[in-house]
Amino acid sequence: MNTEKLIPHLFRTESRKISAVLNKHFGIDYMEIAEDIVSDTFLSALETWPYKGIPDNPKAWLYAVAKNKTKNHIARTSNFENNITLEIFQNSEISTEIDLSERNISDSQLQMLFAVCHPSISRESQIALALKTLCGFGIHEIATAFLSNKETINKRLFRAKEKLKSEKIKIEFPEESKITERLDTVLLTLYLLFNEGYYSENQDNIIRKELCSEAMMLLELLLENYADKIPKIHALYALMCFHSSRLNARKDENGQLILYQNQDENNWDRSLIDKGIVHLHLATKGETASKYHIEASLAYWMTHKQDTKEKWEHVLKLYNLLLFQEYSPIAALNRTFALSKVYGNEVAKVEAEKLKLETNPFYFSLLAEFNKEKNKEIAIEYLKKAKEISTSKAQKELISSKIADLLKA
Amino acid sequence: MDEYVLIMRHENATGQVSPEQMQAWMQQTMDWLGGIAAQGKLLETGNGLSFDDARVVGHGGVVTNGPFGEIKETIGGYVIVKAESVEEAVEFAKGSPVLQGPGNTLEVRKVAKHDFK
Repeated sequence: MNTEKLIPHLFRTESRKISAVLNKHFGIDYMEIAEDIVSDTFLSALETWPYKGIPDNPKAWLYAVAKNKTKNHIARTSNFENNITLEIFQNSEISTEIDLSERNISDSQLQMLFAVCHPSISRESQIALALKTLCGFGIHEIATAFLSNKETINKRLFRAKEKLKSEKIKIEFPEESKITERLDTVLLTLYLLFNEGYYSENQDNIIRKELCSEAMMLLELLLENYADKIPKIHALYALMCFHSSRLNARKDENGQLILYQNQDENNWDRSLIDKGIVHLHLATKGETASKYHIEASLAYWMTHKQDTKEKWEHVLKLYNLLLFQEYSPIAALNRTFALSKVYGNEVAKVEAEKLKLETNPFYFSLLAEFNKEKNKEIAIEYLKKAKEISTSKAQKELISSKIADLLKA
Repeated sequence: MDEYVLIMRHENATGQVSPEQMQAWMQQTMDWLGGIAAQGKLLETGNGLSFDDARVVGHGGVVTNGPFGEIKETIGGYVIVKAESVEEAVEFAKGSPVLQGPGNTLEVRKVAKHDFK
């Protein structure tokens, strides 16, 4: 790998580790110091490596530089009178040496994850903060990922950091008695981060995939440390594995969504499916079935493309269970689709009409599906309604092609 | 929107069902409740009430095994739904597989919340 490729690669893998250790070292009040030291470290690499050549062990080189920069920073600010940052170095026994051992890196990342996903911070800020401080995403990348602009993201991050400071959030492991509760928040944030990538309408395939893999990587930290006691971590991981297996198959090169039934199974990642199965098994060790268990089981059945009675009976049952836990329009619609596969379109049509989701384009698409064999005109009317209220360009195009197909038939 | 309890009453209940019957009944019950939940109207899936170890405690502390044989109808379980009107709650009740048994009934009762203050 040449310098041009190596540095961004190392930035991805190493900056998050150094940054977590520094944040842990200085505390939540001084996140900017950590950010500065990390950027300085990589800047040094950018300045030196092209001329002096890539060091034998680039990672060790970066760690050594980060350590030195930290020492210098502490020495400099300690001498600098009237500096606001002075107090922490005077009052506390803060060490000038940072610990970049594997153990401390992993602990610091976990503790940061808990801090960033603190219940006092809004969910969207948690996600943005996690991407910035734990995944090494730049402001521009986060803005792209959220289909937003830099200014909004900057404001959001600023507010989130202020909140962390004002609430005096410590970068530490939560108390034993609060672990389950705090983990729930972290899991939900990672679940949303993953969905942000998986369901996003973002045209940028790379960004989308990165959001998914970042969510998985952060979840792996929890997997190693807590999954034995809290099996739903396995369940969430299994869910992500099953969904990720289709990441390459569900969009074409233009970013157009390829419907499940039109996907080429050869493009599904078998190794991820197998990994998901292992974790789903591990998840069943507990006694309770969380929402993640149900969703992972559903995702498991979606890795079987063939329409079998067994498959749809299971899927229907799982959607019933999911709805018992928590109502959502998308679960209601999917449940009704599964119902049609088990009991036929006529039964499903009656149930679908009761859902009354008149602001949801998928609702009308589903009604069209159940009507298209017996009453083509009504089906077309439903599709037109769906197109009218859809806000996504890709979806509108998809509905148009369905209407065209029906007109031809 | 009010809360309604749907109380299932079984006629001549014995508690004797084959595992196959039980499984089929479970699936039908789940699909029935799933339909209500898909409308966002299911508050509690409730519970079945076991026919085993049932007792009736009467006036003066008289305890009998029962309620089988003592009364004609036995409460088999309940669910709680949300509905705009009693008519809507009745529509939900009509879908229950319990009604496949002749003589079985569903009682629809609006929840009157206690106001202990």
